[in-house]
Amino acid sequence: MKKDIFSIQKKDRVAIITLDTPGEKVNKLNENLMNEFTSFIDSFEKDDSLDGALLISGKDGNFIAGADIEMFKTRETAEELEQLSLDGHEILLRIENLKKPVVVGIHGSCMGGGTELALACHYRIVSDHSSTKIGLPEVKLGLLPGMGGTQRLPRLIGIQNALGYMLPGKNMYSYQAKKTGFADEVVHRHALVTAGIKAVKKLNSNHFKRTGRRSWKEKLLEGNPIGKKIIFSQARKRTLGETKGNYPAPLKIIESVRFGLKHGLKKGIQNEAKLFGELAVTPESRALVQLFFGMNDAKKNPMDDKKREVHRVAVLGAGLMGSGITEVTIDDGIRVWLKDQTIKNALKGAGDIKNNLDKQVSKRIISSFERDEKMGFIHPTTSYDPFDKIDLVIEAVFEDLNLKQSIVKEVEDASGEHTIFASNTSSLPISDIAAKAARPENIIGMHYFSPVQKMPLLEIIKTDKTVDWVIATAYDVGIRQGKTVIVVNDGPGFYTTRILAPFMNEALLLLEEGAAIEQLERVMKQFGFPVGPIALFDEVGIDVGAHVSEVLSDTFRSRGAKTSDKAAELVDAGYKGRKNKKGFYQYSDSKKKKEINQEIYDFFGGQNRKEFDDDTIRQRMSMMMINEAVLCLQEDILLSPSDGDLGAILGLGFPPFLGGPFRYIDKLGVAELNKILSKLQNDHGVRFKAADLLKEMESENKTFY
Amino acid sequence: MKKEVVFIDGVRTPFLRSQTDFKKFSAYDLGRFALTGLITRTKIGGADIGHIYFGNVIQDINTSNIAREISLAAGLPGHIPATTTSMACISSNIAISTAVNAISMGQINVSAVGGVEVMSDIPIRFRKKFRQKLLETQKYKKPTDWLKFFKGLRPSDLLPEIPSISEFSTGETMGESCDKMAAKYGATREEQDEFALRSHHLAAKAQEDGLFDDEIIPVSVKNGEHVVTSDNGIRGDSTLEKLSSLRPAFIKPHGTVTAGNASFLTDGASAGLLMEKEYALKNGYKPKAIIRSFTYVAKKPGDELLIGPALAVPIVLDEMNLTLKDIDVFEFHEAFAGQMVTVLKALDSDEFAKSRLNRDKKVGEIPLEKLNTRGGSLSIGHPFGATGTRLVTTAANRLRDEGGKYALIAACAAGGQGHAMIIESFND
Repeated sequence: MKKDIFSIQKKDRVAIITLDTPGEKVNKLNENLMNEFTSFIDSFEKDDSLDGALLISGKDGNFIAGADIEMFKTRETAEELEQLSLDGHEILLRIENLKKPVVVGIHGSCMGGGTELALACHYRIVSDHSSTKIGLPEVKLGLLPGMGGTQRLPRLIGIQNALGYMLPGKNMYSYQAKKTGFADEVVHRHALVTAGIKAVKKLNSNHFKRTGRRSWKEKLLEGNPIGKKIIFSQARKRTLGETKGNYPAPLKIIESVRFGLKHGLKKGIQNEAKLFGELAVTPESRALVQLFFGMNDAKKNPMDDKKREVHRVAVLGAGLMGSGITEVTIDDGIRVWLKDQTIKNALKGAGDIKNNLDKQVSKRIISSFERDEKMGFIHPTTSYDPFDKIDLVIEAVFEDLNLKQSIVKEVEDASGEHTIFASNTSSLPISDIAAKAARPENIIGMHYFSPVQKMPLLEIIKTDKTVDWVIATAYDVGIRQGKTVIVVNDGPGFYTTRILAPFMNEALLLLEEGAAIEQLERVMKQFGFPVGPIALFDEVGIDVGAHVSEVLSDTFRSRGAKTSDKAAELVDAGYKGRKNKKGFYQYSDSKKKKEINQEIYDFFGGQNRKEFDDDTIRQRMSMMMINEAVLCLQEDILLSPSDGDLGAILGLGFPPFLGGPFRYIDKLGVAELNKILSKLQNDHGVRFKAADLLKEMESENKTFY
Repeated sequence: MKKEVVFIDGVRTPFLRSQTDFKKFSAYDLGRFALTGLITRTKIGGADIGHIYFGNVIQDINTSNIAREISLAAGLPGHIPATTTSMACISSNIAISTAVNAISMGQINVSAVGGVEVMSDIPIRFRKKFRQKLLETQKYKKPTDWLKFFKGLRPSDLLPEIPSISEFSTGETMGESCDKMAAKYGATREEQDEFALRSHHLAAKAQEDGLFDDEIIPVSVKNGEHVVTSDNGIRGDSTLEKLSSLRPAFIKPHGTVTAGNASFLTDGASAGLLMEKEYALKNGYKPKAIIRSFTYVAKKPGDELLIGPALAVPIVLDEMNLTLKDIDVFEFHEAFAGQMVTVLKALDSDEFAKSRLNRDKKVGEIPLEKLNTRGGSLSIGHPFGATGTRLVTTAANRLRDEGGKYALIAACAAGGQGHAMIIESFND
């Protein structure tokens, strides 16, 4: 076996192990690394010239990025995956039970298996650098931390703290690492080795006693069986409320923690491995892992060689979208000229960003100086004067074609050949916006989702005139903004809005037929959407919804689809949703639970609502979206099913555990899908007519993947 | 061979009376707003800047090289050296001329300059005795050592020490010095009040006509909830009656300097961009002016503390072979109306020329219609470290707006020092 990841250096009777996987940006926990670890331990145990070991990373900004997920691909059954987990456990147990101390020095991101390895070591030193983050994000792949995470983390930092990190898969920064007691010491990155050697001496001299950092309240609650019972039952209740039972992983995490604390580490580990194997073969986890790979692929620019450097970006419109786009752009050190009609608006947009950064400062994620530095990249302005030096303009102004066309002209007059004009429209065809442009080849759509800071998708829309370097450059900016990028062809609503519109339309039709808002919301959340369709209407804005349906009405009416005019009617009556606190829900300043605005039913046939069959609602709603997605692929709006899945999940909240519309069809079977659609068409009209592509695929027995 | 240096553009934050909207900011904050604003306006890429010079007088111990902190916080690359310059009220002028020297010597091509002062937040210290006691405690080992702490310490030693704006060497406040100088040169109270009134009225008119829009970068207070877009010290409604009713502020009862005819404590920052001429043109910049000549003078502080401009102006004129008639734009720093009136009288005096300048004839009368036509430090305000760049920026903008050729900038400073500079409008 070739020793290529470990390099070992002896210093002051301590083995300093540097992990540096050759040819990779990050270290991953895979079989090679584990094998090298085993052989190291074999010799380390016997080597009398060594008093202990220190484990550090040779990568910049990375300790261990987690387990290599490729390992899961080659294993089919739950038993095989359980064995994988047990193999890992075996090595970690050996480390934990070594007579000599193993200290770990963490700088950079330390995820999943990396964190579990650190937990099995005898002493953890964490660097105070802002790139240092520690996490157990397995839940995001539908898994549980399968190398002792559910056992050792609660024992170290307490049950509530541990669940608080494992259930959402959230990161721990150095400040919290110290506060929770995960880190025994926090030092600057260049002191890791010195501190590590001293730690070995300290541990050997038995002068070290770990002091728990839990508060007396936590200790009191977690220290007795009744308290524990309460913690676990509440965690389960909260989890079920959030996941609607669609995600098995969080519940198994809770169960694994509970079992381990009750029956001891040894049995706990056996049980953890078993649960890990079970989870790894669930369709939910398989879909999430595939999504993970899809997202990774989308993070690579397919035309990287054609991109041009972007130094200066201008954002037009400092509203919610504009300031959100600005915030994600400055994050990578790109200067943004934030232009609005009035300097007050522009500065308000910058102020909104400062509010968000202030929150990061108070959580000690960034320092107040780092916040100031970021703010220094924002240049509020009302003038087009600086535009001659701008490489990319992203407009986020009101959705009005004439306005956008005139802005194209203003920008073209003020800028140059090198300036890309990107529209953040959510529905207007980009070729219409570019219709009167002098340089249509420089025009592209960059469709962000609100809130931009949180929503991971960027939908890039190219027209038949958009040239390659423009697409490549927009793609590059999207990646620098931390987005997962899909590129689609132009058309009304492109992809995401196009499939959202019939979905929302169906919700309105159901309301017209007498359905109750509560039922629609409940059924669709049960299906796996993070918010119900009606709440989404309020969030997006009823006016935006009305505008979208107007833009798309020709497309749908030409197919003979029934469309609801209610959105426009509501806008006329002054309902815009959350933005003017007048929508399907009531908005008051107090923070209590959202209540339905009963008067909205006056537009949908009065207060008497009737109960629908849950299945009918679910099928009518979801099939509208899924069938439309297939039509987008059929009409070449979408370039691949994988783009379609990413777009629906990351942009619209399509249930991730279902893998997206196309993976869902593959799972369901085209024939089954066509059966459902034809029944729906029978019962509810031609809008459910299956896409031709689906019929073709059925006859040829094909799948999308 | 010396290279030519051009002034591309300059900006400033609004200048506000101390203890108003900017009171929660530190000098570091206003400085970075000005520098970021300069980038907003000029789009200068960080990689091009060779050195940053920022003037500052009242240093905050946390940011003693404030130029460096400002530069980093504006997101400029870390490799650009930054220097804080300090020369009392001409700190920002020395920032500019240091940059001019570095560029003309060919050391750098581009420099961002400026200055900042936040008079709302000045360092208030403990008295020396108490400071020493506190420092001694660091050496204390046992609790009983603390008994030493109180030995010889009087209650009055605990009182804080608020720095005053006075000459260290003479102990005189600047107002006192000015009052004496005005008396010596026969600058009357009426002349001073009239000059102050003129400054406020001209500034109010300029503000109303939007002439400052080109140089002011609006500042957001409270994360965008409140936006400051204009200076707040300008009193357009001021009258001679009101001014003449004020009592002398420094020398009582016969003095002539009042709160109304002196510049007030101000918070503000300015920034400007200087470049080597060929470099600027090659890179598509449109310079507003070219720096032609400058000088610094000094005399022992005494009863003519603020006479500096009268000594400096003839030097730059002579160097350029120009007379006052050739100058289209005069931008003089108005520390006090009394100081301005004195300087104007001195320049227009044969006797002063003979006895002090070693010249046969007076330098001449400065035409008021060309002097500080958009107001000055009396009305706009005077953040010590920031005024110099404001003067050059306004002078350059006036040259452009009024179609003039030469502008003469002059300023006095504590310590008996002074400065003058001639810039020429840039026409390619």
